[in-house]
Amino acid sequence: MTDFSRLEIALKRGLFDANGEGVKNKAFGYFGIEYNSVKSVRVLTFDSGLEDSVKKAFQERVTDPVTEVSSFSPLVQKDDFDYILWVGWHPGVKDNTGEVAIDLLSQISDKKTNIYSSDYYIFRGGNLKKEDIEKIGDKLLANPIVQTFKVYLKEEWDNNNGIGANLQKVRIKHRPTYSSIPASQLTNEDIERISVERETFLNPRDIPTIVNFFKNENIIEKRKEFGLEGPTDVELESICQARSDHCNHNTFNGKFYYTDKKTGKTTIINNLFKECIVEPTKKLAAERPWIKSILWDNAGVAALGNGLCYVVTGETHNSPSNLEGYGGAITGIVGVYRDIMGSGKGAFVVLGAYTFCVGDQDYSGPLDVPLHPKRLLDAVIEGVKDGGNKSGNPTMFGNVQFEPESMGKSLVFVYPLGIIPEEVLGKPSYEKHIDPGNLIIMSGGRVGKDGMHGVTAASASLDETIPAGHVQIGDPYTQKKMQDFLIEARDQGLIKFITDNGGGGLSSSVGESSRFNYDQNATERRDGAEVYLDKVPLKYHGLDPWEIFVSESQERMTIGIEPNNLDRFMELSKKHDVESTVIGKFTNSGALHLRYEGETCAYLPSELLEEQFPQWEFNAEWVEPEERGLYEPKLKLEYHNELFKRLLQQPNIASKEWVSRQYDHEVQGAKVIGPLVGIENDIDSDAIVLRSDLKSDIGIAITQILNPKYSKIDAREMVASAIDEAVRGVLIVGGDINHLTGIDNFCWPSIEKGKPNAEHKAAQLVRANWALKEFCLEYGIPLLSGKDSMYCDGTFLNKETEKKETISGLETMQFSIQSKVNDVNNCITSDAKEAGNLVYLIGTTKNELGGSEFYKMLGETGLNVPKTDAKKNLEIYKKFVEARDKGYCVSTKNIRAGGLGVHLFKMAAGGNLGIEIDLNNVRIDESFDNTDYIEQRILASESTGRIAIEVKEENREEFESVMGEYASCIGKFTKNNFVVKDLNNNPIINEDIYKLKKLWKTTHGNR
Amino acid sequence: MATDKKIKGLVPSGFGLNCDKETKHSLELAGIATDKVHLTDLYNKNVKLADYHILTLIGGFDHGDELGAGVVWANNFKDYLRDDLLKFIEDGKLIIGICNGFQAIVKMGVLPGIDKNYNNRTMSVTYNDCGNFRDQWVTLKINPDSNCVFTKGIEYIDLPIRHGEGKVETIDKETRERLKKENLIVMQYCLWQTKEIANGSFPDNPNGSLDDIAGICDPTGRIFGLMPHPEAYNSFTNHPLWTRQKYELEKQEKKPDSEGLGIKIFRNAAKYFE
Repeated sequence: MTDFSRLEIALKRGLFDANGEGVKNKAFGYFGIEYNSVKSVRVLTFDSGLEDSVKKAFQERVTDPVTEVSSFSPLVQKDDFDYILWVGWHPGVKDNTGEVAIDLLSQISDKKTNIYSSDYYIFRGGNLKKEDIEKIGDKLLANPIVQTFKVYLKEEWDNNNGIGANLQKVRIKHRPTYSSIPASQLTNEDIERISVERETFLNPRDIPTIVNFFKNENIIEKRKEFGLEGPTDVELESICQARSDHCNHNTFNGKFYYTDKKTGKTTIINNLFKECIVEPTKKLAAERPWIKSILWDNAGVAALGNGLCYVVTGETHNSPSNLEGYGGAITGIVGVYRDIMGSGKGAFVVLGAYTFCVGDQDYSGPLDVPLHPKRLLDAVIEGVKDGGNKSGNPTMFGNVQFEPESMGKSLVFVYPLGIIPEEVLGKPSYEKHIDPGNLIIMSGGRVGKDGMHGVTAASASLDETIPAGHVQIGDPYTQKKMQDFLIEARDQGLIKFITDNGGGGLSSSVGESSRFNYDQNATERRDGAEVYLDKVPLKYHGLDPWEIFVSESQERMTIGIEPNNLDRFMELSKKHDVESTVIGKFTNSGALHLRYEGETCAYLPSELLEEQFPQWEFNAEWVEPEERGLYEPKLKLEYHNELFKRLLQQPNIASKEWVSRQYDHEVQGAKVIGPLVGIENDIDSDAIVLRSDLKSDIGIAITQILNPKYSKIDAREMVASAIDEAVRGVLIVGGDINHLTGIDNFCWPSIEKGKPNAEHKAAQLVRANWALKEFCLEYGIPLLSGKDSMYCDGTFLNKETEKKETISGLETMQFSIQSKVNDVNNCITSDAKEAGNLVYLIGTTKNELGGSEFYKMLGETGLNVPKTDAKKNLEIYKKFVEARDKGYCVSTKNIRAGGLGVHLFKMAAGGNLGIEIDLNNVRIDESFDNTDYIEQRILASESTGRIAIEVKEENREEFESVMGEYASCIGKFTKNNFVVKDLNNNPIINEDIYKLKKLWKTTHGNR
Repeated sequence: MATDKKIKGLVPSGFGLNCDKETKHSLELAGIATDKVHLTDLYNKNVKLADYHILTLIGGFDHGDELGAGVVWANNFKDYLRDDLLKFIEDGKLIIGICNGFQAIVKMGVLPGIDKNYNNRTMSVTYNDCGNFRDQWVTLKINPDSNCVFTKGIEYIDLPIRHGEGKVETIDKETRERLKKENLIVMQYCLWQTKEIANGSFPDNPNGSLDDIAGICDPTGRIFGLMPHPEAYNSFTNHPLWTRQKYELEKQEKKPDSEGLGIKIFRNAAKYFE
């Protein structure tokens, strides 16, 4: 018997190979490489020889006799191809297919062997060169961070051996150990060196605090009891994780000196997070008894009044996604679902959403970015697709934004929503606690070297020195099994405490939960934990204790249970095919005590992490936009019709149906309004609605808004507009104005001293936070959760100048909003229903094109950014809700990016109807006095506070009597063209609706 | 036939399946007493298949669809439940395989069950021609000559599909002909506007399925497999055009029925045992 076996599986000749065809299309689309055909072959390589009977049985099990052929010898002979390209995982990268194959083999044989999955592609025809195939391997099929590839030439091909073994086996000869430095000799430099060596990016300000801690006499005495003197690598790694910006929000907890350059006045903000997020949220929550849990758990919780609560948070997964789009995005979405699974005693995920901000899709400049924006977008779409769909959660909402600045660091936002009953076995589901003596259990996946230093790498800007080893591939299958298991365990009362393993791995989850009972003023300690690192199940041998403790291997939860429930818990775990292991226990020692093979390798008293680390400080300088050189452009416009058509084709405006079609919107059966609406189901919806339970008419409306482009002028208005648009977004579909909750997701470029334009970006952050506070208070939106992701910059080599250049992302906050829907049967969609119905517009259109899509199309930024008057808007929205609840609104549309013209188009196109609009009736203000091209400005202005409404003629009077002066009738829906008349009543746009729809769909097509 | 008065349905769960909630809800709306049973309990015989009248093989990603959609699921059923399943069929009970469940039941060799041979793989469900996972509502025409128990009285129905592997292929021409001739084709994708058979045109036929096949049954009509999801149309408000439908009904001063049309399929199953 040979020392390996290899099974190759391919589609039968004559069947359409969609996978191969996809490669062909992308090779042409990305690089212009053409060839006649490519066929894909799936490979399973066994790390040992197999008996013929086992081979036969296994082959039968995995080969479809109708569509596939397979063989344990090469499927390809020398004469069948021009080139072969093999792609496999790097050793140690999560191989989901290989794992399932091992499972399957165990059903038919006692043989224990590893199985590795890979693919190869057979290229034929065209004038292919070896370099072309290498390019396809390097830039298209294999991501060098997680995958490897090999090209086989015809001349070298061995008909008997084929691609050979190519075993992706992990080989670590290292004997696990830990090391320490004597406390007496410990210096700041030692820790700095460790920080650099291990790339943990410890902030220099924190280092003296750590050094002094280990030199403290009391601490030395205490540690001596366990045979420890100076800090061990396990301890330092753990501290580095705990001190990273990602875990501590050092920037948001920082002190800001904000100077207004115009007045020269300096304002000091002692703590951005406390002043702008915690305080207003606490105030709002106190007035809203239905807010059940905020500011401490993995996600926030709000009650719906029908015995159910929703559980929600928001995350970004930018750094990993920029290095490995697929792995970063799948780990992002699957990871954020664990936040829901680990909130309270554990919730069930019912929905996901995504936002991608990426660079110019046609970028051909000189910067050497690790992944081209087009390839990166394709990869993140696919990551969220597999992560969301295979988790069994509908991915119901999404956004894709294209901005050149996003090339510095693309943004990947992921959002989960879960449902939890208000009570489980008579106790509040959203509360949890630990008692000393409770067992610590790790459930789910195993631990490997993957994901090392994910948190700390996210806390640094992207440049070439960051090791890419922290990227990994998520496994929604393992996690879905765990989700089902956890809900059953919860409902049986077996879970006392639960949290997920995300950034920082066990170091964060156990570290934080061990301090869960920490009370500085308590007379008796109730906090602490003891963990046996050698008990943690590993993917392969050779991991050092510190690696086990900080590894970010995915799909793991840390659970606290009562010891007398252990048997039931384990039995249930086995039924669900989930691995669970007791790895330690909670104690009242007041310390985190780690052991490895009997010896203590870390003993960290809780005081250390409660220690006052020096606060970060930032200088912020605000210069008014005019002073920064921004101005209102003089327009040179003709042909409104042509301009309008061009606007519809702008990347941010154009249809992105191709993305949302790849996501399951329907699973779990609770969808009320999905991401696509309209008679042809092809218009993006302003918000989505789902039922809280299949038996309940109470639902939840959700939308997410981000307007980074306004930050070019003022980040305050970027935030204000996002909140206002989000409020409108949920109200127009049927949300309850008295039940609004928010999630803030900040993505900001570096603001530390010395970084480009740091003081300005810091001022923008202060202004954004002030706006967040102001507008949340005005609209009554407590923040259930949020996240800040700093360092959204990238430094790349310019291949022409051979110099490095930094691209900073736009200052961005995405606002997600949730609203209760009291009866989903009354929800409203945006598609126009019938010709003859009237079109109303509420709100005032102002000369506010600064940062608009229209100006962007013309290559301008502008100055007049939309300004939001929350008090006024709220007054109007209350009237609107009254009219809505009386049933006068047949369809409703949020007017936002792109302006009135674009959104009226979407409304009409949703019903395959025409429209006739008279711009004379659009309510405008004095800001248009003395401006040029007033009609085009009215159509493209992005003023906030506006909603378009379809009203039946018969309801005209009633509707107007409710809305009063706030609504004006601007036209009606027709069976004819899309027509807009100027102030002299001449049609300036007159176009067939189907033609417009087709244009709107061309930009991204079905790519 | 059923001895117990109460009609009992079984909805499996676990190993990556994900339509358990809404399938159970749908069966219950149709008046079927339904248990959600973890596949482990079924494989271990902690729960007996024989205690049920309707077996649903639901949607999801059994074993993450690794090694092919429904491949591991089909193997496990063969290993653990082959005899129980054949007995279940012999007893005249009903099976519906939806999406992943359809893929699995086809890969078990149970469907199409030509000549009532329930261990013969003559068709398969493979990768969509569009090369991608796709979510879309489709309009389906029901074959009036089919004796499928589940689709009685339905002429057309709109349902969502959401899959990456939904293209039906047969092993040979003969099988294809027999599917047609013996009216084993239950439902076909059709054009949403004219309701004519799609004839392969994308996206009305979303996956390139042979003869626009969306669902088939065995010769008895009691085993039904389909790619679209009837359980995802459990409520009137699931349909992407429900606000338009409601608008039209209100013009006629009518109110919509709150139940989704997908439930008809499960009501037919319940009715069969009456």
